[in-house]
Amino acid sequence: MYELMVLIRACDDRIRRGLSGGEFACTYWPATGQEAIAAAMGAVLRSDDQLVTTYRGLHDQLAKGVPLGPLVAEILTRSTGVNGGKGGGMHISHPPSGLVLSTGIVGSGVPIAVGVGLAARLRGTDQVAVASFGDGATGTGSFHEAVNLAALWRLPVVFVCQNNRYAELTPTAEAQPVARVSERAAAYGIAGVTLDGNDPDLVHHALTTAVDRARAGDGPTLLECMTFRLWGHYFGDAMRYMPEGELDAARLAEPVGRYRNTLIVGGVLDEEAAVTLEQQAHDRVDSAFADALPAEPPEGTGALVDVYRDPAGAPR
Amino acid sequence: MTGTTDQQPPDDVAATVRSMRDALHLALDHALASDPDVLLIGEDLADPGGGISQVTKGLSTTHGTDRVRDTPISEAAIVGAAIGAAMSGLRPVAEVMIMDFISIALDQLVNHAAKARFMSGGRLSVPMTVRTAVFGGIGSGATHSQTLEAWLAHIPGLKVVVPSTPADAKGLLTSCIFDDDPCVFIENVALYGSTGPVPDGDHRVPLGTADIKRRGSDVSIVTYGRTVRDALTAAADVADDGVDVEVVDLRTLVPFDADAVLESAARTRRVIVAHHATRFAGFGAEVASVVNEELFGQLEAPVRRIGALFAPIGSAATLEAAVMPSAGTIADAVRAIVEH
Repeated sequence: MYELMVLIRACDDRIRRGLSGGEFACTYWPATGQEAIAAAMGAVLRSDDQLVTTYRGLHDQLAKGVPLGPLVAEILTRSTGVNGGKGGGMHISHPPSGLVLSTGIVGSGVPIAVGVGLAARLRGTDQVAVASFGDGATGTGSFHEAVNLAALWRLPVVFVCQNNRYAELTPTAEAQPVARVSERAAAYGIAGVTLDGNDPDLVHHALTTAVDRARAGDGPTLLECMTFRLWGHYFGDAMRYMPEGELDAARLAEPVGRYRNTLIVGGVLDEEAAVTLEQQAHDRVDSAFADALPAEPPEGTGALVDVYRDPAGAPR
Repeated sequence: MTGTTDQQPPDDVAATVRSMRDALHLALDHALASDPDVLLIGEDLADPGGGISQVTKGLSTTHGTDRVRDTPISEAAIVGAAIGAAMSGLRPVAEVMIMDFISIALDQLVNHAAKARFMSGGRLSVPMTVRTAVFGGIGSGATHSQTLEAWLAHIPGLKVVVPSTPADAKGLLTSCIFDDDPCVFIENVALYGSTGPVPDGDHRVPLGTADIKRRGSDVSIVTYGRTVRDALTAAADVADDGVDVEVVDLRTLVPFDADAVLESAARTRRVIVAHHATRFAGFGAEVASVVNEELFGQLEAPVRRIGALFAPIGSAATLEAAVMPSAGTIADAVRAIVEH
C-alpha cells in the first residue's frame, strides 16, 4: 500500500509542479492527502471488481490499476491518453482495470455504480461495485436515491465516502444536519462506519469487511473515510475559506509520511527501502510525463468520432 | 440510413391487428425472451400493477422480478442504474413513467449516457433504452402533459424515437433495445388504445428512417408521434377541397432522415411541420430550417410550423385546447399554405 501511496503522491506533485511552472495546462483537482483510502481499495479490491470514481480521481484510478503512462497522457489531453485525450482528467474510464468511469457531476456516479452492481448480481458473478465520492455528493438526490435502491435490492455495492471536510469551498458541517455521513446509513437499513481515512490499515480492515459482506450477498455498506484535501478543491485554490491553523493541522496528519513512519517503527520497512520505493515512484512518474508531454493532442477530426457507434444519420 | 417504408407491413409478413399498448408489450416480451441481457427497470411495472398504462402487465410473471424490476420513485437512480448495467454489457429498458419526470433523470441522460462513448474514447457503450410517455391531451395539467423531445434531440449522443402506429411502436422499440447507443423512446398515452396491423415475430424498424403515412402531391406535413393522427385527419378533411396532402412521419428525430423530408418537400414544394410540443424552439424549427437551407427558391411558400402555444398546459380542457394544436389547426394551415 505504501508503494501505491508514494506513486499517487509523486504523480499529484508532478502535475501541480507542471501547472505551477507553466510547463503545461489542464484542469486538475488534486488528490494529495487522500492516498490512504485509494491504497486500501487497490489492495482489497479484485482486478475484476468495479470502481466508479469522480473528477478528483487520480488516487483511485492508480489504485485500481489504470496504467500510469496513458493516465497521465489523458490528464494532459494527449491522443495517447487512456481515452484518446477525449475525456480529460475529469472523465477517466478504463474498463480493463475495472475503473468503469469517473464522473464530473457531483453525486452522479453513485447510481451508475449501483447499476454496475445490479449487472454483477444478474450475471451471477461475485464482483463488487464500489462508488467512491466526496462528502459533497451526500447532499445530492442521486446519492440518496442510489443508496436506497442498492439497499432495497441488497446489491453488491460498497459506498466509499472520502470525507475531505469540504464540498468545494463549504465545510461539511455547514452542509449537513448530522455529525457524520455514516449516520445516513441508518435511514437505508445498511451498515455505516466512520473511520480515520488517513490510516490505510484501518481502511483496509473496514473495506475488507464491507467487500466481503457485498460479495456474500449481504448488501451494501456506507464507509465514511475521514481525510483532508491538502491542496484545495481545484489547482490554484488559495483556500482562503479555511480557518487559520486547520491546514497546518491537516498537514501534520497527512497519510503518506504517517504511514512511512508506522512501517519503519513497526519494522516492516527500513529507511533505505523506503527511499528506494520513493525514488522508483518518482522515476516512473517522470518517465510517464516524459512520454506524454511530446505526444500530440487528439486530431480535430476525432471530435465527431464516437458520438455514436454507427455515425450514419447523425446530425452534423 | 435513409429510405422510406410503407405504412402497411409487406404482404408476405403475417400481421395481426393490435393496439399500440399490446404492440409495445409484445416488443418487450420478445426482447426479454430472446436475450438474457435485457431487463426492465421502473416504477410500478411489475405485476400486479403491470405499469400505469398496463404495457408491462404480465412480464414480471413471465420473466421474473429479477429482470422486470419495480423501483422506488427515483428517476435519477432508475436511469443511472440502467446506465451502469448497460456499461456492464446488459441491455436495460428503463421506464420514466411520465415524460415530465425525465427532468429528474436529465443529468444521467445528458451528462453520462449521452457522452460516455465519446468521453471514454470508445471504451464504453450505453445500450440502454429509456421508455417514457407523454400524458398531454387528457387533462393532466402543466407538470404531467409536456412534450419534451426537443430537450433530448439537442444532445449529441442520444437517439430520440417517437412512434405513431402500433407496427412502428413494436419495430422501433425492438430496434432501440438492440441498438448500442442510448435511445429515448417517447410513447403517448393518447395512442395506447389505437389499433393497426402489427407484424408477428421479430419486427424491427431501422432507426433513422422516416415513413410516408399518406402519399400526396400538394403539401407535405412533416410530423411524428401523436400529431401524425391529427395530420392524417386534416389531410382527409382538406381532400374534400381538392388539396392532396402527403404526411411524412419522422419516426426518429435523431437520427434525422433529412433525405426523406427533402425528397417529399421537393415534390410538393409546400411544407408544414407539426408537433404537439411547444412551437417556439421546438424540433419543427430544425426541420423548417433544413428545408429552407436545402430548398430555398424552390418552395411555393415559407415553411409553416404548428406546435403548442408558448404557455404551460392547463388542466381544464378549455385551456389545453387553447394551447395545443389539433387536426383543425393543421387543416387551416394547409388551406393557408396552398393559398399563399
